[in-house]
Amino acid sequence: MDAHAAAHGHEDHAHPTPGLYGKIAAVLFVLTALEVLAFEVGRRPDWPMHALIEPLVVPILLILSAAKFALVAMFYMHLKQDSKLFSNLFVWPLIIAAAIILALIVLHAYWIKASF
Amino acid sequence: MATSVLEHKAPAIPHHYPKTGFWSWITTVDHKRIGILYGATAFIFFLIGGIEAVIMRLQLIGPNGKLVDPDTFNALFTMHGTTMIFLGVMPLSAFFFNFFIPLQIGARDVVFPRLNAFSYWVFLLGAIFINVSFLVGAPPDGGWFGYANLTSARMIPSTAAAPAPGLNIDFWVIGLQILGIASIAAALNFFVTIINLRAPGMTLLRMPMFVWMSFIVQILLLLAFPVITVALVFLMMDRNFGTSFFMPDGGGDPVMWQHLFWIFGHPEVYILILPAFGIASEVLPVFSRKPLFGYTAMVFSGVFIAFVGFGVWSHHMFATGMGPFADTFFSLATMVIAIPTGVKIFNWIGTLWGGSLRFTTAMLFAVGMVALFIVGGLSGVMHASPPADLQQTDTYFIVAHFHYVLFGGSIFGLAAGAYYWWPKIFGRLLDEKLGKAHFWLTFIGMNLTFFPMHYLGLHGMPRRVYTYPEGLGFEFLNQVETVGAFVIVLAFLLFIVNIIKTWMGPANAPADPWHGATLEWSIPSPPQEFNFPNLPRVGSSVPQWDAWRAAGGKLPEPVRVSGDDIHMPNPSYWPLMAAIGLTILMSSLMLIRQWDYWYAITLFGTAWLFFSVYRWAFEPTGH
Amino acid sequence: MAHAATAHADSGHVDEHHWTSTGLNSRKIAIWGFIGSECLFFASLISTYLVYKGKSLVGPLPHTESQCMLDGKMQTCEAIFEIPLVTFGTAVLLFSSFFVVLALYGAQKGDRKMLLTWLSATVLCGLFFVGMQVYEFYHFYHKGLGYSTNLFGSTFYTLTGFHGSHVTLGVIWLSTMLYLAVRGKLTPDKSLNLEMAALYWHFVDVVWIVIFPVVYLMR
Repeated sequence: MDAHAAAHGHEDHAHPTPGLYGKIAAVLFVLTALEVLAFEVGRRPDWPMHALIEPLVVPILLILSAAKFALVAMFYMHLKQDSKLFSNLFVWPLIIAAAIILALIVLHAYWIKASF
Repeated sequence: MATSVLEHKAPAIPHHYPKTGFWSWITTVDHKRIGILYGATAFIFFLIGGIEAVIMRLQLIGPNGKLVDPDTFNALFTMHGTTMIFLGVMPLSAFFFNFFIPLQIGARDVVFPRLNAFSYWVFLLGAIFINVSFLVGAPPDGGWFGYANLTSARMIPSTAAAPAPGLNIDFWVIGLQILGIASIAAALNFFVTIINLRAPGMTLLRMPMFVWMSFIVQILLLLAFPVITVALVFLMMDRNFGTSFFMPDGGGDPVMWQHLFWIFGHPEVYILILPAFGIASEVLPVFSRKPLFGYTAMVFSGVFIAFVGFGVWSHHMFATGMGPFADTFFSLATMVIAIPTGVKIFNWIGTLWGGSLRFTTAMLFAVGMVALFIVGGLSGVMHASPPADLQQTDTYFIVAHFHYVLFGGSIFGLAAGAYYWWPKIFGRLLDEKLGKAHFWLTFIGMNLTFFPMHYLGLHGMPRRVYTYPEGLGFEFLNQVETVGAFVIVLAFLLFIVNIIKTWMGPANAPADPWHGATLEWSIPSPPQEFNFPNLPRVGSSVPQWDAWRAAGGKLPEPVRVSGDDIHMPNPSYWPLMAAIGLTILMSSLMLIRQWDYWYAITLFGTAWLFFSVYRWAFEPTGH
Repeated sequence: MAHAATAHADSGHVDEHHWTSTGLNSRKIAIWGFIGSECLFFASLISTYLVYKGKSLVGPLPHTESQCMLDGKMQTCEAIFEIPLVTFGTAVLLFSSFFVVLALYGAQKGDRKMLLTWLSATVLCGLFFVGMQVYEFYHFYHKGLGYSTNLFGSTFYTLTGFHGSHVTLGVIWLSTMLYLAVRGKLTPDKSLNLEMAALYWHFVDVVWIVIFPVVYLMR
């Protein structure tokens, strides 16, 4: 990993412009609104598309949250144009963390019937 | 907080910082001095842990032992395990990390010297904290694993003599939190040091194997310690605020503690053994006069062990009944780890094969480590199988297994490192005659003590039980074990004699007494404060052998230079002050059940900590 | 300390005074390593919350009415969560991430006005979020959810409490940077000091990006 970084030499300071940051903020805001919308549709039987959305709320939330996470990490934390080393320092612990969360859930095998 | 917010301010050393004497050690930020502090502290705690073991062996020498009562025995095995792991082997490894990571990568210090001092002081205060429990008569007694049914206050029945839970477990909970902070701070420091301070030309695949194994250990520390921190917080809340994280009466699950503990605990096993692997991988090539066999395979098997090491924790928990799916998964993952470990063992043997072997004490300990680790590794593969494990768990068979890997592996590796690097650290060669006696007595004593435990375990002797009745056939082997323990005591007395004898002798060790392969042997023994007058240039994983080859024979003794124009970081009081503030903060949590205004001390400690950190951050660093 | 391997001028092709193996700043590697370590910290908290989800023996519960002890007697208690308030707090924290990235841009470009404006805005957002959380804890407590009332209370308060303490530390760190900026000491060559604080702040934000849907929105 560091051979790659060394090849890049010093850090790239050609950061995105405030305009791009603003667009990302707008997208983050919309995604958050969609999360809350999915939640509300999922809990209100009288809302349109309730039957369709209700079983999908958890996957929808996970996907939207992962997208927000990725946007902040890539653009606000500059992982997209910074050295690959920094991405490795974040992504590998994230993989281990996600695997541990998943394993503990499976080991406690309560998930399917969880209700609250 | 690791560094000055205002760099380049005052390059000169403030005159109120002494260069020699007591206060120079209090304020030091030199990685070599901090390493020596780690080594000396850890050796003292290693001896304390050894005394605890000897008392247990005396209690078990015959049936119906009366030397200690059951409660004391609980405290002894708890503190023996806790001490040897957190206050013995880990800081002894930190001794070598501190002294030799910068030297082996050709750096002048670690990347954050004051953070390094902070780590040591937090470790020291945490180590003292956890042992103060003996002085106030409340030593931890729930096992080093602290299973929730032994440590959650509501599960311990109150008696007339002890109506409320004592402070025993609180010492353990808070003490481990303090030590965890020290470990994470140190790990972050070494991790960045290895990434960023390697000498020009030292690519990742040219790093000495000790540096590689240390690098992996730092990653494991960074990823494993947060988990135990969280688990200990839950336990602390269960004990003090009536929560039910691990309490079935509130819907909690004691097995959740086991999961969180072993998610930390299994990587911790590799944290204990990989430094010894690294040391053996330095010693074996030098005394075989051959480069390490299969360097790249060695590196990747280390990485693989670390990564898969996060997916095997539940093999410590087969007895909890996790079901066939989980048992199968964790059993397979555990057996898979035997493959890279086997790769390492074959590489060590391949290194020895056809080499011109010199059996110095360091070499003997390194070879002994390989041999004894194989024994412990094989018994480990045995209880990777759940049906076998269900027979062996909680018996002396397990005790035999982990003493073969931790004593036969870690301690032998660390001893090899001590004999190998002593001349570099202190400028004096340890006595080889005494050293060989030390080795053979340790080897014999170790096997006498721990080999019979395999038989006792399979014959059904449970571990952690303070005595056993007569007539079960346990007597003879227990006597053998106790004799073996005293042989080990004798061996380490010889080591202490050796240290004293060497200390009183002349400081005449050459820069490179062994014809070493790595950069630390290119500079005088002991090294000067700045280590390297000029940054070395590295063209392979054996730079010092390259230099020999280029010179066509023995290199001249390196000369000491004045180094007045080399700016080294300033000493500082603030790491110690911050460590004291942190310890006050953490200690206040001991008083939650005792005093209504405990948080006053918490606030005081926090204020002290913040004040110190701000003084630290805005202190001129000297460059 | 970015260049602990300082050296006096020396012959050779390498600038020994500024030598690092990767060409990257050591402090930045350290903050990323620390963030990596923190991932496992929050993973432990989140997995405990999820493992104990639905295991509370008594109310109150997050999304549904339940029987709980309130004002000294068992009664039907309303659901704990009030999504509008926390959604607003979430949006404020998200925008603070946007603001700090603008402040850093200003610091790197030497635009003092931009730096001061957006850094102040970030600190205010952080303070608002902490305030929201304090209000939320107080309010939930009065709805019957104490720290040891049930597993939901214990895991919820511990997880969000640790997140809140991280936000608080971030506010203190960013306030220190604001103080330096006001004093004119956060010049472009020192902008790394702000970049580290900003990275930590974004990390605290992404943790909330996980907590908000997983804790508040998953029924």
